Amino acid sequence: MSQAVTPIARESLVEFRASRTMSERNRLAVRDVGEGLRLWRLAWTLGWLDIRLRYRGSMLGPFWLTLSTAIMVSALGYLYAVLFRQEIADYLPFLALSQVLWGFLAALVSESCTTFTEAEPVIRSVRMPYFLFATRTLVRNVLVLAHNVVVIVGVDIIFGVWPGANGLLALPGLVLWMVDALALTMLLGGFCARFRDILPIVNSVMQIAFFVTPVIWKPSQLGPDGVAHLPFNPFFDMLEIVRAPLLGAEPDRMVWVGALAYSLALWGLAWGFFTRARPRIAYWL
Amino acid sequence: MNRALISVEGVSVLFPLYHGNARSLKKMVVAAASGRLGSDQRHRVVVEALRELDFQLVSGDRLGLVGSNGAGKTTLLRTLAGIYEPAIGRVRIQGSLNALLDPSLGMNLELTGRENIMLRGLYNGLPRPMLARLEADVAEFAELGDFLDLPVRIYSAGMVVRLGFALATAIKPQILLMDEWFLAGDAAFMAKARSRLEEMVRGAEILVLSTHATDIVRSWCTRVLWLDQGRIHADGPADEILTQYLGHPLPPLESEPLGESATADQPPAA
Repeated sequence: MSQAVTPIARESLVEFRASRTMSERNRLAVRDVGEGLRLWRLAWTLGWLDIRLRYRGSMLGPFWLTLSTAIMVSALGYLYAVLFRQEIADYLPFLALSQVLWGFLAALVSESCTTFTEAEPVIRSVRMPYFLFATRTLVRNVLVLAHNVVVIVGVDIIFGVWPGANGLLALPGLVLWMVDALALTMLLGGFCARFRDILPIVNSVMQIAFFVTPVIWKPSQLGPDGVAHLPFNPFFDMLEIVRAPLLGAEPDRMVWVGALAYSLALWGLAWGFFTRARPRIAYWL
Repeated sequence: MNRALISVEGVSVLFPLYHGNARSLKKMVVAAASGRLGSDQRHRVVVEALRELDFQLVSGDRLGLVGSNGAGKTTLLRTLAGIYEPAIGRVRIQGSLNALLDPSLGMNLELTGRENIMLRGLYNGLPRPMLARLEADVAEFAELGDFLDLPVRIYSAGMVVRLGFALATAIKPQILLMDEWFLAGDAAFMAKARSRLEEMVRGAEILVLSTHATDIVRSWCTRVLWLDQGRIHADGPADEILTQYLGHPLPPLESEPLGESATADQPPAA
C-alpha cells in the first residue's frame, strides 16, 4: 500500500445545474472545449490505440492502410487513365492525391457519427468533456491520413512530380480542415446519438458526393461552364483548398471564399447545436 | 486542499423515453409534415428518476443509499458524478471525486493490462510520473505477472476482477461514490480486497455508497438516505433509518464499525 497513488483534485469546485440562459449554456460549452483540449494527451492515446487495435496481430500493422490505398490507386489509375483518355504520368499523381484526401474526408464524416455512441461506456461511467471524444476521432483519422501520405509521396517520386513552393499553401487549408473536423464531429456525433438513423443517411450522402465532386475526374473535364459551378459544391471547395496547392497550383480565390463561408456556417450550426445538446447527450446514449 | 462538500438543492432528473418513433429522424419528419410534431412534444414520455432531492454532505459524512431496485440509487450516484446534469435544481461538488460505478470503466478487453492501466490514469488526469506509480501499484495488487503485457481478453475471470478492482481502488479521492457491484466477488478475493477497499473508504472525506447489503451500510455509513421512486423517503442516522427500512430491529453488528475510526483521525469539519 505504500505505493498508493495520492489523489489528484481534477476540479476543486464544480456545479451542475439546469442551464437555461444562453450565456450559461455558452459558458459551459466553452468549459467543455477547454477541458477537452487540456486532455489532448488522452485524446492522442485513445486515437492511437484505436488504430493499433484495428491492426493488432497483423504483420504490417497500420501499413495495411498504405498498402490497400496503393493497390487501389494504381488499379484505378490505370483503368481511368484509359477510360478518360488521360496521360498516366499526369493522371496517376492527381488520383493518388485526390483519393487519399477524399478518403480522409469521407472517413471523418462517417466516423464523426459514432463519436459519442462508441464512447458510451465511458460517458456513462465518468464525467468527461465531450470535446475529448471529438479530438479522439480527429486524431484517429489524421493518423490514418499520415499512413496514406506515403502513397502520395511514392507516386510523386515515381512520376517525378513536385508541387514546389505552392505546396506550402496547403497548410492553411489543412488547418481549416482540422477546425472543421472538430465542429462536424460535435454536430454529427450529438445528432447521431439522438437520431440513430442518421448514419446511413450520412453515408449515402457521402457516396453521392464522391461522384459529383471531382475526385476521380478532373475539374477541367467539365469545361469552363462546369468549372464555374463547382464552388457551389461544398465538398469541392474543401477538397480543393488542400489539393490544388499540392498539385502545384495557386488555389482559386473563389474556392477559398466558398470554403470559408461553408466553414463559418458549419461552426455556427455546430456551436448552436452543441450548446443546447451538451447536457442531454448522456441521456441519449 | 479545500474540504470536500456535496450540496444537492432541489434536484430532479428526468429521463426522456425514446420509443422506436422518437429515435428515428424519418418518423419525426413524417410526423412534422403531417402536423403531429406538437402532440409528440407534449406526449413525450418522461421518467422522473429523481424528484426534488435536497441534502448536503460535508467532510466526514458517510452516506448509505438504500431503496428497492429502480428507486434511483444509481441515477443519484451518476448525477453526483456529473454524468447526468439535472433537469431542475443544482448539484455542487467541492473536492476530487472518484466514482466506482462500472467495473469495466475504460477497460478495453482487446488492450493489454498495462495499456488499460495507462488509460485509466489518463482518464483520471494523472500527470506522467504518477502513471508509473499507478502501474506499479496496480501490478502489485492484481498479481498479474507476465499477463500484464497480454490482452485482457485472454485473462481468466478472476484476473479480470483483480485488475478492475486494483485499478478502481488505486486512485484515492476526497469524495468516493460507490455502487454495489463493488461488494460482489468471490470470497477468497474479497478477503484481500476488503482491506484495500476499507483503506480507500477511510481515506475519503465523503463516501456515498449504494447497496442492498445492509451489513456493509451499518459498518461503513453514519447516515442513510432511503430513496423510494426517486424521492427521499427517509434521511437520518444509519441504524434508525435501517430499522425502518428493514421493518425489524437490527441484529448486533459482527464487524467493527468503520466510521468511528475514520472520523477519529480527521479534524472536525469546519
